Amino acid sequence: QQPAQFTNPETPGYVGFANLPNQVHRKSVKKGFEFTLMVVGESGLGKSTLINSLFLTDLYPERIIPGAAEKIERTVQIEASTVEIEERGVKLRLTVVDTPGYGDAINCRDCFKTIISYIDEQFERYLHDESGLNRRHIIDNRVHCCFYFISPFGHGLKPLDVEFMKAIHNKVNIVPVIAKADTLSLKERERLKKRILDEIEEHGIKIYHLPDAESDEDEDFKEQTRLLKASIPFCVVGSNQLIEVKGKKVRGRLYPWGVVEVENPEHNDFLKLRTMLITHMQDLQEVTQDLHYENFRSERLKRGGR
Amino acid sequence: PCAGPVESKNEAAMSELVPEPRQKPAVPMKPMGINANLLGYIGIDTIIEQMRKKTMKTGFDFNIMVVGQSGLGKSTLVNTLFKSQVSRKSSGWNREEKIPKTVEIKAIGHVIEEGGVKMKLTVIDTPGFGDQINNENCWEPIEKYINEQYEKFLKEEVNIARKKRIPDTRVHCCLYFISPTGHSLRPLDLEFMKHLSKVVNIIPVIAKADTMTLEEKTEFKQRVRKELEVNGIEFYPQKEFDEDLEDKTENDKIRQESMPFAVVGSDKEYQVNGKRVLGRKTPWGIIEVENLTHCEFALLRDFVIRTHLQDLKEVTHNIHYETYRAKRLNDNGGLPPMTAETEESHESNL
Repeated sequence: QQPAQFTNPETPGYVGFANLPNQVHRKSVKKGFEFTLMVVGESGLGKSTLINSLFLTDLYPERIIPGAAEKIERTVQIEASTVEIEERGVKLRLTVVDTPGYGDAINCRDCFKTIISYIDEQFERYLHDESGLNRRHIIDNRVHCCFYFISPFGHGLKPLDVEFMKAIHNKVNIVPVIAKADTLSLKERERLKKRILDEIEEHGIKIYHLPDAESDEDEDFKEQTRLLKASIPFCVVGSNQLIEVKGKKVRGRLYPWGVVEVENPEHNDFLKLRTMLITHMQDLQEVTQDLHYENFRSERLKRGGR
Repeated sequence: PCAGPVESKNEAAMSELVPEPRQKPAVPMKPMGINANLLGYIGIDTIIEQMRKKTMKTGFDFNIMVVGQSGLGKSTLVNTLFKSQVSRKSSGWNREEKIPKTVEIKAIGHVIEEGGVKMKLTVIDTPGFGDQINNENCWEPIEKYINEQYEKFLKEEVNIARKKRIPDTRVHCCLYFISPTGHSLRPLDLEFMKHLSKVVNIIPVIAKADTMTLEEKTEFKQRVRKELEVNGIEFYPQKEFDEDLEDKTENDKIRQESMPFAVVGSDKEYQVNGKRVLGRKTPWGIIEVENLTHCEFALLRDFVIRTHLQDLKEVTHNIHYETYRAKRLNDNGGLPPMTAETEESHESNL
């Protein structure tokens, strides 16, 4: 889609600063975009597969899945992978922060300390850089969004889910995601979604709130926003495999009883999740900067010292 | 959940709990299978469109300063640039007012809108500059004003509870008006630009260019460019801030051929060949301000407004402001103390 052409420059009275957004556009395209996404959830909920599906990439090529015995001794790790994606000349530098080990231990009491420390560390580092002398090349590694994976096998949120989300909801934008949605029928999904939303409200958990479409947006966009808001939490299915369906190759999961298509909106909310993420990438960054980071910063400065 | 300081005996345990994140090197995207990317479109380019939309909605600030002796047409030129009555002289001052005894700084703000984009334009005029008998150090009030705006911004930036959008009063662009003597720059011109090119983006313009013929204009421009170079004056766009080859090529052409722009300003309209044009009427013809064969006003306007507006702001913020800030951090051991609201803590960000 071409940026809007400005009106005929020879129109009398035309100054030309309406071209500023195009100048900003040009600089943004040159600079590219950075985004950090954290994924948290128990092992086996399809997190890696989902990330690969979202960005059409293979972020975890040499993966070795540890057995249960190995998992006993493991504490939560933090693994950051960065991938550079380019589309139509626009570069996105995406960092996915993975948290293997979360929820695996027999006693999970400490498992979110590591994660919280990581988030705080990125804020601390940014605060340090921002206060320093040479600010020309500050790298923003702050976590802009956290996908929290909820198991579809339970009856709603587990105590660990509640505790974790309450511990990070003032530090990061939480987007709850119901994983492996193909284990649920449509009715079961609706029930689970409602249950989870009720529990989120009951416990006072603050999840990322999609801003309403502005009044001057077109109807399609407004409708899309309404639909997205109504579908939270998203029920998703991910897949790294291409299956042939009606002559086309689609991402999906092949069962004896049929194919679950990842990008079919009637099968799951994958496309909604991707749309939400892409159309709100900037807003997610802004909320991180203007709310979470500023909160961290003012708390930190009030406590004083370094 | 842990939040407060950790006692030392737990530090060892904590450091095990918080290992350095394993950073894998950035890899360019590998297609999933053959032509897998063709099967999917993520939509990353729409992010840029979102940013554009946002820029349009929030609007932007632009602060332009004009410096030069009185009578060089500064106010008229600014009005012509923004096709509005935005200069000091249009805001109720008397055209025949006396020249002030010292350099004054007068800032006037206007909000103008075009194509859905709102601009809060502030024109900073400097009456009295270069008009005294003794003009020594007359740039000092100007330099002081510019630094005061940097200081204001810095104070807000280090505040504990700071504003989401810090109001930007910093001078993004300083148009310096050169008198069209046809000979060379004056010592005052050199002194001013030498001092101020280090703190603000200076764009030199040759004023009232309708007093020179084409040959005189070309010669004068060449001489001025040479003088600026010999005296080490880096006017905007500064060579050292060209970001890439594309910028360098574009800016080289501007630096070596077009600048300084020889301009004529006017806020009066005349009918020429059936069109209404801005111009100056003389017995020997009408000088059309926006006609490139008559003067370079259109080049100046396109340069400042249509192509380099955002860059002017960015160089001000990323270079001039940062230079000021770094100096402040090094001098006197630190930044200004907090504002009255947080007087209890009595400590700054450092």
